[in-house]
Amino acid sequence: MSTSLTATPPQDISSTRWRRATEEPAWIRLTLITLALTFVTLFLVLPLTVVLYGAFERGIGVWWAAVQDPDALSAIRLTLLIVAIVVPLNTVFGIAAAWAIAKFEFRGKPVLISLIDMPFAISPVVVGLIFVILFGSQGWLGPWLAAHDLRIIFAVPGIVIVIAFGTLPFIARELIPLMQQQGKEEEEASLTLGANGWKTFWYVTLPNIKWGLIYGVILCNARAMGEFGAVAVVSGRIRGETNTMPLHIEVLYNEYMFTAAFAVSSLLTGLALVTIIIKSMVEWQEERRQRIAAT
Amino acid sequence: MSITLAKRRVIPGFGLTMGFTLLYMGLVFLIPVGAFLLYTTTMSWETFWSAITQRQVVASYKLSFGGSLIAATINLVFGALVAWVLVRYRFPGRRVVDALVDLPFALPTAVAGIALVTLYASTGWVGQYLEIFGIRVAYTQLGVVVALTYIGLPFVVRTVQPVLEDLEAEWEEASASLGAGRLTTLRRVIFPALLPALLTGYALAFARALGEYGSVVFISGNLPFRTEITPLLIVSKAEQYDYHGAAAIGTVMLLAAFSMLLVINGLQWWAGRRHA
Repeated sequence: MSTSLTATPPQDISSTRWRRATEEPAWIRLTLITLALTFVTLFLVLPLTVVLYGAFERGIGVWWAAVQDPDALSAIRLTLLIVAIVVPLNTVFGIAAAWAIAKFEFRGKPVLISLIDMPFAISPVVVGLIFVILFGSQGWLGPWLAAHDLRIIFAVPGIVIVIAFGTLPFIARELIPLMQQQGKEEEEASLTLGANGWKTFWYVTLPNIKWGLIYGVILCNARAMGEFGAVAVVSGRIRGETNTMPLHIEVLYNEYMFTAAFAVSSLLTGLALVTIIIKSMVEWQEERRQRIAAT
Repeated sequence: MSITLAKRRVIPGFGLTMGFTLLYMGLVFLIPVGAFLLYTTTMSWETFWSAITQRQVVASYKLSFGGSLIAATINLVFGALVAWVLVRYRFPGRRVVDALVDLPFALPTAVAGIALVTLYASTGWVGQYLEIFGIRVAYTQLGVVVALTYIGLPFVVRTVQPVLEDLEAEWEEASASLGAGRLTTLRRVIFPALLPALLTGYALAFARALGEYGSVVFISGNLPFRTEITPLLIVSKAEQYDYHGAAAIGTVMLLAAFSMLLVINGLQWWAGRRHA
C-alpha cells in the first residue's frame, strides 16, 4: 500500500493518480458505502416505504376513509388530548431542570443528570406495570380509588402519567448540554443591567435555546403520540375510549385490516419524518453558527 | 471570570427550578418506582423466586438477553460502518441517510412493528427472497433479532459519529508518515480512540433492546418457549391480574436496566476522561 508521501518524487505525483496516505483506495470506499447503504435501506428505508405504500396502495379514498373512521378519530382525539397535557408539563420540566443544572453549581449534579435519564432505560412495559400495581383494581391504592369512584388505570389519567414518565427526559436532554455549553455570561450581563429574572429568561436565554427547545418539544410530542408498551398495559384497550393511535393500529392489524392500520400509521410516520427533518435543520443551524463563529 | 460574580449568585431561580424539577421527577417516576420496588419486597422470597424461574420465563430471558446481545453486536459493526461512511466520505444522499438514522428514535414502535413483519413475512418485499434460501424471519427468533437491531440502530452511530468528527487528522498523518499502512492506522490509532464511544453505543443499544416491546411483538409471533420476549410475559401476566408474577419479572428487568445505566455512566465517565 502506498504509505509514504515523502518518498514519492514530485514528477510522479503529477503523472499518476495518487491519493493521500490517510485515505482508503476507491474500491474500499465504494464497498464500505455500498455496505452501509444496504444496511440503511434494509432497516430504515424499506420499513418507511412499506408503511407509506401500505397506506396509499388502494388509493387516497381508502386512506381517507380509514382515517375518518369513528374509532380512528376517537383514537386521534385521545392522543392529541394526552400530548396537550404531557408535552407542556415535560417542557416546563425540561426548562426548569436545564436552568438549575446549567446555571448553578451544586452537589450531586451528575446524579441528578443520571436520574433524569432513568426513564429512558426502563422498559415501557415495566413503566405501565408500575402504575397498574399502584393504582389498578387489585393494586395498592385500588380499593381506596374505587371507594372514591376514581379511575386511573384503564382510563385517561393512567395513560397520561405513563406517557409523562416515558417521555420525561427528552426535552431536558436536549436543553441541558445546550445551556451548559452556552454558559451564563449573557444572563449575568442582562441581570446586571437591571432586567429581572423572567425578562432575562424571555429575552436572553430563550432566543439562545430556541432551536434545541423546538426539537426537544417535537421529539417529545412524537414519542408521546407513539408510546405503545406502557399504554398497552394501562389502557385496557377500550375501543373509542382508551385506545390511543398506536393501540388502534394494533387492533386494526390484529383484525387483518392492514390498509387501515397503515393509514393510521402513515399519520404517525409523517410526524416522525417532520421530527427528523427538524432535527437536521437544527443541526445545520448549529453548524452554520459554528462556521460563522470560526471565521 | 470575575470572582465577585462567582461568590454572590446573580442568576435567580435556583430554588424554583430545582424545586419543580425534584417535585415533578418525584411524583412522575421516583415515588412510583420506589413504591413498585417496595411492593416487590412484600412478596415472600419463595413466591418471587418461583415467579422469576418459571420455565417459560427463563426461556424468555434467554431470548431477550441473547437477542439483545446479538442485535447490539450487529449494530456495533454496522453502526460503526455507517458512522464512518457518514463522517469520512461524500456521496449523494449523505444528508438524507444521516437524518434517517434517527428514524427508529422517532417512529412509533407499533408502526415499526407492523412495517417489519410486513417486510419480512414470507410474502413480503424482503421475506419472499429470503424464503428462496430457506431463511424465515417473521415469527422466528431471527425476527426478534431483526426488530431489536432496528430499534438499537441509532445508538452506535450517534455515539461514534461525534468522536470520529473530532478525531484530529494529525494522528493519522503521523501514523502514515511513520510507515503504518491504513489497516495498522485503523487498528492502532483510530480504533483505540473510538473504543469508549463504541462500547457506550453498544451498551445503549443493548439496554434499549432489552426492554423493547412494540416493534418486536408483531414480528415475533409470540410462541411460548420460542419467540416470547420477557416484556411480553410481563404484559400477559398483568393482563391476567397475576400482579405478583408480573412485578417479580418486572423487578428483574428493572434491576437489569439499572445495571446497564451504571455501566453506561461508567463508560461515559471513562470516555470523558480519555477525551480530556
